[in-house]
Amino acid sequence: MADVISIEALQKGGTAGSGCGTKGGSGKSSCGSAAGAGDLPPEIWEKVKNHPCYSEEAHHHFARMHVAVAPACNIQCHYCNRKYDCANESRPGVVSEKLTPEMAALKVAAVASAIPQMTVLGIAGPGDPLANPEKTFETFERVAKLAPDIKLCLSTNGLALPDHVDTISRFNVDHVTITINMVDPEVGAKIYPWVYFKHKRYRGVEAARILSERQLLGLEMLTERGILCKVNSVMIPGVNDEHLVEVNRAVKSRGAFLHNIMPLISEPEHGTYFGLNGQRGPTAQELKRLQDRCSGEMNMMRHCRQCRADAVGLLGEDRSAEFSTAALAGKEVAYNAEARQAYQAVVEQERAARRSAKEEVIKETMATSAGQAGDLAILVAVATKGGGRINQHFGHAKEFQVYEVSAAGARFVGHRRVDLYCQGGYGEEEALDGVTKAIADCTAVLVAKIGHCPQEQLQQAGIEAVTAYAFEYIETAALRYFQGYVERLATGEVVHGTGRDALIRQGAYMAS
Amino acid sequence: MAYKIVAANCTGCSACEPECPNDAIYETKNGLFAIDADKCTQCEGYFDEPQCASVCPIDDTCIPA
Ligand code: SF4
Ligand code: SF4
Repeated sequence: MADVISIEALQKGGTAGSGCGTKGGSGKSSCGSAAGAGDLPPEIWEKVKNHPCYSEEAHHHFARMHVAVAPACNIQCHYCNRKYDCANESRPGVVSEKLTPEMAALKVAAVASAIPQMTVLGIAGPGDPLANPEKTFETFERVAKLAPDIKLCLSTNGLALPDHVDTISRFNVDHVTITINMVDPEVGAKIYPWVYFKHKRYRGVEAARILSERQLLGLEMLTERGILCKVNSVMIPGVNDEHLVEVNRAVKSRGAFLHNIMPLISEPEHGTYFGLNGQRGPTAQELKRLQDRCSGEMNMMRHCRQCRADAVGLLGEDRSAEFSTAALAGKEVAYNAEARQAYQAVVEQERAARRSAKEEVIKETMATSAGQAGDLAILVAVATKGGGRINQHFGHAKEFQVYEVSAAGARFVGHRRVDLYCQGGYGEEEALDGVTKAIADCTAVLVAKIGHCPQEQLQQAGIEAVTAYAFEYIETAALRYFQGYVERLATGEVVHGTGRDALIRQGAYMAS
Repeated sequence: MAYKIVAANCTGCSACEPECPNDAIYETKNGLFAIDADKCTQCEGYFDEPQCASVCPIDDTCIPA
């Protein structure tokens, strides 16, 4: 069962506070904290604040969907097995439903009417949207007519991008994601065996050079026209991990506003070249270290979940079946714009409340713990269904959000995907073991509820399971936990463990 | 001489279809793709290499019949 956060759930456990009264869209505000308006120029913040893929703050409240209208691709990547969907760009091992642009637009309108949180439509594959330009743009055109308030975005490998920049601009697509894994063709040759360009298949270094030139040219052309560009990179240890620092610099200088470094997914059973040849993905700490090295240079995006291309609902959740072609066939769709506006107004209030709660606790933490804490930073995992609160039962969590907490504040650093522990029946031991490994670098896990046995087992692994902050705001709770932790360190009640690492969960959601 | 698509390998991705200069490629009932041998010229006169084979992501799928 997947659920999207309702208005009631959003409001539960807290009323909309007075706060500092800034609306999210007002640009540089005094409230702006790490993930809020403060970091970005006003015109960019305005564009990203409700985008669940780009805004760290928005992804608690809003959702996006993808429609699979673009099955063809024009390059081959070693992390992709085209017999299935692309594991890294269009999410792991899930064969998506092929849709005609007409069906896709109908589906979008139906989903948006039922789920006011749905604010973004993406076309991301399974192939490359710009290798299927007619299907991609026809879908955009139909959606713009049926559901004009939906934001449109697309993800591309960039090879065909320069040819389509003007069309992208004409369709008001204001978010484009380019996957750029290298700016050095020598590195690229280890990632891309070939590209198909101007009626010819190119291989090796030549292929990578063409791809890289087209990607960077496309990026420049888009940012020149004021279209938001995010760059995705797949971190492949030993191949491009060091090199991604250079990629970060190259894309920043060309105007990309976010750089999202994702871990390679390379299970042998996906049948990718990397998977079959034993190329491993990074560990959680390797990924975080690289993200930290790059984050000084630009806004890094850490909340990307590599979700399925065809997922519906809040990021990470999945309601696809409800809106399948079969379920929609013959249905009339009345677009419900009013409910959507009402929901979005509540969200605005809730975000302001959350932000001001956070501000207060940060001040408090600075005052009480800063002296004792020094530059201590701990990682804290959180079980949440959305809405920015700790509102998920440990056993029902399919993923944990991880925050780095210090006296300076709580900063979101990533997601850890896990198998559902509480499936009832077989496999619970292994699943719990998997959860423990996935958050092994965390000092604590904050949950709404947890059973006695898993709590003990986590304790043995040095992870404290905490229910004291159930239904509170995440950052606020994480900071309060940190305050207590610092105090207990001072009294010798706990000892700080260091040098821990965690495994990144490979593969698709199997549990949903 | 013409090319053919090995149905057992084809993923139905459709990448080949728009690349054919002779409109020889069509979608079959089960969502895969096939080549009309009467129309296929192996791209002669148009391109240096058979376009379907160049763009197809699966090796040994678009091959001489
Ligand atoms: S070889 Fe050329 S002409 Fe023949 S089917 Fe393939 S693309 Fe068409
Ligand atoms: S490109 Fe290859 S896999 Fe794709 S439809 Fe054509 S023959 Fe099938």
